[in-house]
Parts: sequence; structure tokens; C-alpha cells
Amino acid sequence: MTTPEPLLAVRELSVVFDTRDTALLALDHVSFDIRAGEILGVVGESGAGKSLTGTAIIGLLDAPGRISGGEILLDGQRIDNLPPEAMRALRGRCIGAIFQDPLTSLHPMLTIGDQLIETIRVHLPLDQVAARRRALDLLHQVGIPGAETRIDHYPHQFSGGMRQRVVIALALAGEPKLIIADEPTTALDVSIQAQITTLLKGLCRDHGASVMLVTHDMGVIAETADRVAVMYAGRIIEMGPVQAVTRAPRHPYTRGLMASIPSMQVRSSTLHQIEGSMPRLNAIPAGCAFNPRCEWASARCRTEKPMLEAGAHGVACWHPVGGSAHG
Amino acid sequence: MLAFLVKRLLNAAGVMLAVAFLAFMIFRFVGDPVELMLNEQASQAQRDELRVRLGLDRSVLVQFGTFVLNAIRGDFGISYRNQQEVFTLIVERFPATFELVLVATFLSLAIGIPLGVYSAIRRRSFAAQAIQFVSVLGVSLPSFALGILFILLFSVTLQWLPAFGRGETVALGWWTTGLLTPSGRLALILPGITLSLFQITLVMRLVRAEMLETMRTEFIRFARARGLPDHAIHFRHALRNCLMPVITVTGLQIGNLIAFALVTETVFQWPGMGLLFVQAVTFVDIPVMAAYLIIVSFIFVTLNTLVDLTYALVDPRLRQDAMAGGAHGR
Repeated sequence: MTTPEPLLAVRELSVVFDTRDTALLALDHVSFDIRAGEILGVVGESGAGKSLTGTAIIGLLDAPGRISGGEILLDGQRIDNLPPEAMRALRGRCIGAIFQDPLTSLHPMLTIGDQLIETIRVHLPLDQVAARRRALDLLHQVGIPGAETRIDHYPHQFSGGMRQRVVIALALAGEPKLIIADEPTTALDVSIQAQITTLLKGLCRDHGASVMLVTHDMGVIAETADRVAVMYAGRIIEMGPVQAVTRAPRHPYTRGLMASIPSMQVRSSTLHQIEGSMPRLNAIPAGCAFNPRCEWASARCRTEKPMLEAGAHGVACWHPVGGSAHG
Repeated sequence: MLAFLVKRLLNAAGVMLAVAFLAFMIFRFVGDPVELMLNEQASQAQRDELRVRLGLDRSVLVQFGTFVLNAIRGDFGISYRNQQEVFTLIVERFPATFELVLVATFLSLAIGIPLGVYSAIRRRSFAAQAIQFVSVLGVSLPSFALGILFILLFSVTLQWLPAFGRGETVALGWWTTGLLTPSGRLALILPGITLSLFQITLVMRLVRAEMLETMRTEFIRFARARGLPDHAIHFRHALRNCLMPVITVTGLQIGNLIAFALVTETVFQWPGMGLLFVQAVTFVDIPVMAAYLIIVSFIFVTLNTLVDLTYALVDPRLRQDAMAGGAHGR
């Protein structure tokens, strides 16, 4: 099933935040692969460690956060222990990033052309004229109307959706093989979200780039991703093809997550919700972190930590929905 | 943009009128200028003659009107002390003060900005901590104490630099400059540094605080995520965002520097406006004091207005919004 060499391989990645007296474990042995051309969706609640995973991969973890274990391989090469300058050269060139808020992602006092050309020239051996041509080309690709004049405009002259298109153009400027899109549509109007998602998907297919799509929006994942990883309290608790995970979720948490998506077909007076809330980093329960909220929790769930199974559709649960699993 | 400009200019005019009124009131409160100007042996005829010549026989309102109209034409009357045109006196002294302030401003930016950037991006390094510590000294040491220390060290002990005066100057029309002669340049060093020391620390601390703030923003994070090199992120992206407050503060501080140059000028016997003012106070030379007040206020107000206009040049958001809408939405 797995190809011999995935584009990105994350192996047992752990991230801790150093506090005065202890180190809080924010990512707990996270492992996953992204194959070339694949879109991996990563879902979970706020604080589950989705964005943190992306930040760790592009090497932008700021103190007090640090990688405490595991490794990250890009094309089979370790990148988590590169010296800062080598990691910098990799960012933008091999791994692009898109952040949540297009309104604050662009420098307010530089034209979008300046920002594009600067980024292009850092990564590609082009002169000013060629870089500008490429910048225009990128703006066309992301669907900015009138790119020839718009290239000299400042970010504040664009709407939110247009700015996110510019952000995507910037992320693609160095022709990266992997794009980490951290909540790329969350800050946008609902009517714009689908456009941006479609655009991102199409562009990455055209450029042959893989995407790690971080979001809490299950709908976006269902439309866009090939596979999905569900995160809870710093761990991946279920991972598999998007169809399988959405239609037949195996982890009780994923099931709850799916059930809480409001449906157009069924009218109900109350929206489904999972009781309780995700534990704080300093109060993660022993055993399965979800056990206090889980209706199937047994004694074993409170003492032993379930591991994510290998295989196409794996789950980290002692009592997965639909039986079987391990244990 | 035009409406903004007109509004700013009207504001400025209002402020200047108020200042003129204050300056005018000095005449009323400090006693009879005729008594001050003439000695006790002067006859009543001489007194009356001077009173008429100074226009002091007319009503207060007329006097104020005349005062303002004269001030606009640059006529601030005659110095009580040496019977010379006040305006000529001040104009003669202005270049000395201006050059001193210019040098001090240049030093504060040329030294303050790099130090500020450095202490922000290498926040935890020993050098940055040391700079921070020294800057506290810079803020808290009064400039006259520093000036005297400098004179003692560099002029008296080491004999490297002159202790007072402007050195040789060259006249360019009505402007006299010390920048073109070696002795003039040497003479600028000590007072320039003395005057700028507070400014340097001010600019440095401002740049540091702004840089720290900017480095936490999302657009810097995105710039780092695009793999831009550190120097581009620090200087092209982050520093650019910090320049607005630096321009504001520097612009406003030029006014302050001109006003407070008088301490430095006194210490170094610098023949500028400040020294003229101090001498005028000693001799109760009211027209000179009034004119100094008005001219310094005028410089303040002009700088304030210029700073406002400069915003539009530095920040495209202000420029574009002023230019009828731009191309929003879509």
C-alpha cells in the first residue's frame, strides 16, 4: 500500500513546551506520511496539535517550544536537525506555507509584486524582469483579474479572498513540493471558502505539490483531501482514506466529530455535541486521552495508552467502533 | 488629501495666533519697556517720543494686530539691549542652532536605529543587554553635566576638540555654515554628541520596542515561512514597519532639540538662538524673548505639519485611501 519513499515522513515526532518547572508534551509521537501529489487533511479541535505539527515541519517552532523526539524526513532526508540556514533555504523552496489570516499574512507596506519578486528571487536564479514575469504568471494562475495592474497594488487594496489568492501565489513562488496550508479558509467568507479550496487543490495538482491541509472544518477535508488524520490532545487517533474515515469512523471521537456536523437533510432542534472538552496539556489523563469523554471507556482505557494501528485505516482505540482492532 | 492639507494649515495658523498672543502678553506683564530702555536721566519728551516710536500709545487690540502683522513680515521690533532689529539678530544666530540640531538628529538616527535593531534581534545577547543598560544612563544623565564632562576630557585633558564656539564659518548668502571648514566641523562634534545623546537612546529604545512587536506579527512569520533570509526580514520587512513612529518622534524631537539646544549652547558658548535667548533673559530683552518664542513655535508647528504629511509618503494605506477609494473589494 505505502510507496517505498513518501515525500514527507514524520516519525514519532514529539514537541514539548518548556515551562519553568516541567516540559509540557504538546505532540506525542506523531507519525504519518504524505505521498507525492497527495493531500492529507489534518483535523481536530483547537489545541489538538494540528498547527503545531505544521510549524514543526517547516522549522518555525519558537521557544519555549522544541522538538523533543522523532524525526522528519523530506524525500528521505532528515530535515528536523538541519542548521538554521539550511532550513531557511528549504522553506519556500521545498516546503511552502499558507497561514490562516490573509489579512495579516502580507506586509502592509510592500506591493504584492515586491513581495512575490523578492520571494521568487530568493529561491530561483532569475533577474528582476524574469522574476516579475513569473510573479505575473503566478497571479494569473491564482485567478487575480487584471494582474498586470494589480501586481503593483498594496495588500489593503485587495479583498480577503483576493489576498488569500496572493498568499497562495507566494507559497507557490519557489515551486515547493509540499505545501502546509494552516486553516487556509477559516478567516474567509463562507462564499469564498469553496473557491479558495478548489483553487488550492487544482494548483497543487498542476504543480505536482502535496498538501498538508490543517483545518477544523470536516467539510473542507471531505471535499479536498485524499486521506485524513484526526488529532486529539497531541496525538493522531485515527488516520485513513477520507471516504472511509468520514463514512465509517472507527474512533469514538471521530464518530462524535462527524455527528456534530449539522446536516441539511435532518432538522433538529439541538446540534449534536461531544460532552466535555479536550484536556489541557498539563492535565492529559493516563491511558487514552479521550477516556473521560468516551461512553465506551473501560478500565483498560484509563491505564493503557492505545497506539495507532498500522494499515490503510488505522485507529488508536481499545474499543473501536465496528469491533476488531487490537487488544 | 487637499482637505486634509487645508485643515492642517488652518490648525497650524490657529496655534501660531495663540502663541503670538502669549508672546505679546509678555510685553504687558514685564513692565514698561520705555522705562527699561531709557536711563533715569531721560526727559519726558524723550520718553514720549520713544513711546510713540514703539507704538505703545495706541490701544491693546491695535497693538496686538500690529504685532501679528509685523511678525508675519518678520518684524519683531528692536532689541532693548543693543537697539538692533530682533529678526536680524535671530536670523544671524539661526544657522548655528540649526546645524547643531541637524548634526544631533543625524547622529541619533545613524546610531539609534542600528542599535535598536540589533538589541531587538539579538535580545538575549550580552551586547544587547549592555546597550540597554548604557541607554538608561543616556536617558538619565543631564546634558549639561555630560557637556562639561566632555569638555573636561576632550578639550582640557586630551586637547583634541575645541571647548567652545563654532570655529571658522563660511557665509553662503545670509546663511553661515561651519560644515565647510575643518575647525567648524571639529567644533560641531562635542556639542552635537552632547545634544544627540538623549535622542540616540530615545530612537534606540523606540526602534527596539517596535521591532520586537513587529517580529511577532503574522506577516513576519509568513516571510520566514517563505524562506526569506534574515537580513531581508529584519531590515526590509520589520524595520520598514517601525519607521512611522520613528519619523513622528524624530520630527517632533527636532522642535524639542531646537528649544533645548539652549542648554548645550550655553555650556559650549555656541553662538545660536538658545544662547541669544539666555542672554535676552538676563537683560530682560523682551522683544528678543517674544520673537524667540514665536520662531521656535513656528518651527514646532511646521515640523508637526510636515510629519503628518510624511505619513502619507511612507504608508501606502494612508496615501491610497486619500486618493479616492483605490480599487477595493472585488
